Amino acid sequence: MRTLRAYLRSPAGIIGAVLLVAVIAAALSADMLFPRDPMALAGRPLQWPGANPRVPLGTDNLGRDIAGFVCHGARVSLLIGLVASVVAVGIGVLVGAVAGFYGGWVDDLLMRITEAFQTVPNFILLLVLVAVFGSELGVITIAIGLVGWTAPCRLVRAEFLSLRSREFILAARGLGMRDAQLILGEVLPNALPPVIVYASVVMALAILLESALAFLGLSDPNIASWGNMIGAGRSVLRTEWYVSAIPGAAILVTVLAFSLVGHGLNDALNPRMQVL
Amino acid sequence: MLSLRNVSVRLPKGAEREFALQDIDLDVAAGEILCVVGESGSGKSLTAMSILGLLPAPRVTLAGGTIAFEGEDLASLPPARLRAIRGKRIGMIFQEPMTALNPLMPVGRQIAEVLEEHARHLTRIMVLAQVQALLEEVGIPDPPGAARAYPHELSGGQRQRAMIAMALAMEPRLLIADEPTTALDVTTQARILALIKEIQARRGTGVLFITHDFGVVAEIADRVAVMQHGRIVETGPAAQVLGAPAHPYTRALVGAVPPLTPPARAATVPGADILVVEGLRKTYRTGSLFGRRRVVDAVQDVSFTLHKGETLGIVGESGSGKSTVARTLVKLLPADGGSIRLNGTEIRAASRAAFRPMTRHIQMVFQDPYASLNPRRRAGDLIAQGPRIHGASRAEARATAERMLALVGLDPASAGRFPHEFSGGQRQRIGLARALALEPSVLVADEPVSALDVSVQAQVLRLLAELKQRLSLSLVFITHDLRVAAQVCDRILVMYRGVVVEQGETAAIFAAPTHPYTRALLASVPGRGWAPPPAPVQESL
Repeated sequence: MRTLRAYLRSPAGIIGAVLLVAVIAAALSADMLFPRDPMALAGRPLQWPGANPRVPLGTDNLGRDIAGFVCHGARVSLLIGLVASVVAVGIGVLVGAVAGFYGGWVDDLLMRITEAFQTVPNFILLLVLVAVFGSELGVITIAIGLVGWTAPCRLVRAEFLSLRSREFILAARGLGMRDAQLILGEVLPNALPPVIVYASVVMALAILLESALAFLGLSDPNIASWGNMIGAGRSVLRTEWYVSAIPGAAILVTVLAFSLVGHGLNDALNPRMQVL
Repeated sequence: MLSLRNVSVRLPKGAEREFALQDIDLDVAAGEILCVVGESGSGKSLTAMSILGLLPAPRVTLAGGTIAFEGEDLASLPPARLRAIRGKRIGMIFQEPMTALNPLMPVGRQIAEVLEEHARHLTRIMVLAQVQALLEEVGIPDPPGAARAYPHELSGGQRQRAMIAMALAMEPRLLIADEPTTALDVTTQARILALIKEIQARRGTGVLFITHDFGVVAEIADRVAVMQHGRIVETGPAAQVLGAPAHPYTRALVGAVPPLTPPARAATVPGADILVVEGLRKTYRTGSLFGRRRVVDAVQDVSFTLHKGETLGIVGESGSGKSTVARTLVKLLPADGGSIRLNGTEIRAASRAAFRPMTRHIQMVFQDPYASLNPRRRAGDLIAQGPRIHGASRAEARATAERMLALVGLDPASAGRFPHEFSGGQRQRIGLARALALEPSVLVADEPVSALDVSVQAQVLRLLAELKQRLSLSLVFITHDLRVAAQVCDRILVMYRGVVVEQGETAAIFAAPTHPYTRALLASVPGRGWAPPPAPVQESL
């Protein structure tokens, strides 16, 4: 309750929440507003927005309805963002918690592995994974998650390192608590707030990564993702720029929404930010 | 020289009270030491900050009053004029010299900076000579070396001496010292107090000395002002305030100071040996594969026996290894050697899994009441945790938690509240209840009252004594405060640099310490010549 009130005090958080609700609403109502298959031909290709009332945002170079495509694309993007960040944060929390809690050689080993992942540029690693395992939606989502776990991992590890020697953790240990219980019940709840904030950043990053893949034509070609349309519009960018610009704006709004929500969460969950 | 009249300081809206300070009247004459004494939150530090114009504006602001200093009203001076006075005519010493000094600048350079700022006419050579002279005056060993040293290369006492040298650089007429010895060990504290007193006498400086410790007051004060809730409740000569306090609050505070003489105790028949420690060793090794290795022998060959129903004190200064001993006893730290037998069972060599069921026999109480409770759990859950781990049902554990809350003098109905909703003393009671919920036979208390105000400290100590009687507890009581040790311990163990230098009956050690370190320790207790007047019958404050 207090967290919610603190969240509502942050203007960034409110704007972010409104944008996010709008994107989610678009995703949910896609089937009602645009019952037709977004990949199907809707009319003459490359109609400008407003030129034909049946296709309010115009059509792309394959004759697909841009408005419908963007609405259906919201689903794909949100799904990718959600699942990929669950994967990334999940792996990150697991590895970071174990490394930070036990320290010593366990920490050394896990951190070297993390660094090995970090030294490879994210996108290159993603390209390799997609090249090896194929470009179905599920594979891409998990691959994006695999690429993004290092940052949450380091975050969790740092929190655990500072928390594990606090007196209340020692006290719980002194009561005879098992390690699993200590990690999950005592340390993790106190380490989570910054991770939750960061999860919103991971979601935004995941959406951007998928779009980048699609732009290069390496994403799943059979789904209505925003990146796919931007990629398709590339060939007519100089004359019919709106084909790329409209889904681009959708990505901008969604990423902005997530990062503003992150801001708001940070204000709400970070006790140091709260006024005395 | 300095006189405050009707000084009030306003707090931001929503704070616990509207005014942090209300109608403060204070006078400091040249050549006198005025001690402002009070518990945490009484406004004593804000008093110092308001004099220096260092209030955290705009949230906390001066709401009225005059601060006359040598004919000028500091309250109405523009910031630029105040800056010229700060450091030049008023020197300041803070509590923690490590944070008050710039860690990236040699100490001598920092002192020179003060001189360069306020005395532009000095040449570089003159500044350097002056820095040397100042460091010599404050009694730092090897002044040229200290001038080149960075703050982290000096000990705590030396850092505080450097701070004093810095404050004295411009020969200020007034020195404001905000708890300058609170972060220091007792022997270091004694030397710093002597230094402040000596400099003050030699230079005729006025000193405004802020402290929470009546021992320190007794040691150095000429006059005393007692603060409570932002008001001054009593002022007067030190002998009068300490010997015959007039205000009930002062009486209660003074009465809560534990006297340094151990009370006469009935000779307790030593019960069975419950905890036997032999040859305990612990060495810290730092440095990794490539770093420089450092080895610190934190505890070397410590042996003692705790009898049933007895309180054994472990006293010593920071770094003496007393906390390390406490943590190895409850296996929060693995010991490197020796044996710890609890009720005849060897626990030092036991694996962590084998020790887990034994934790119910030996429990620990921690120092910091703010850090030792998980902020996300309710008081009742915190206490019920132990019994739950050791197999009690949810209902049993809850019943135990409520019983324990009542036992430590808290309302069982407060089980649903979170730690931040309790005061420091109440939190420490919760910590105690958590440890007692397992009905341990041995309780290890690591500085359990050091973070508490003196009146709260007295209450917690009384509670501890009472519980010990009722539950026939055996206690290992770690403290740096010899006054507390005198009051609660049957026997004490004096540690110095990881070694036990002396152990025996408390009364015997206080009466006739044999080891030179014990003697130095006892001689350093501030205000040892002063016996607080007998405590009035007091209600909880």
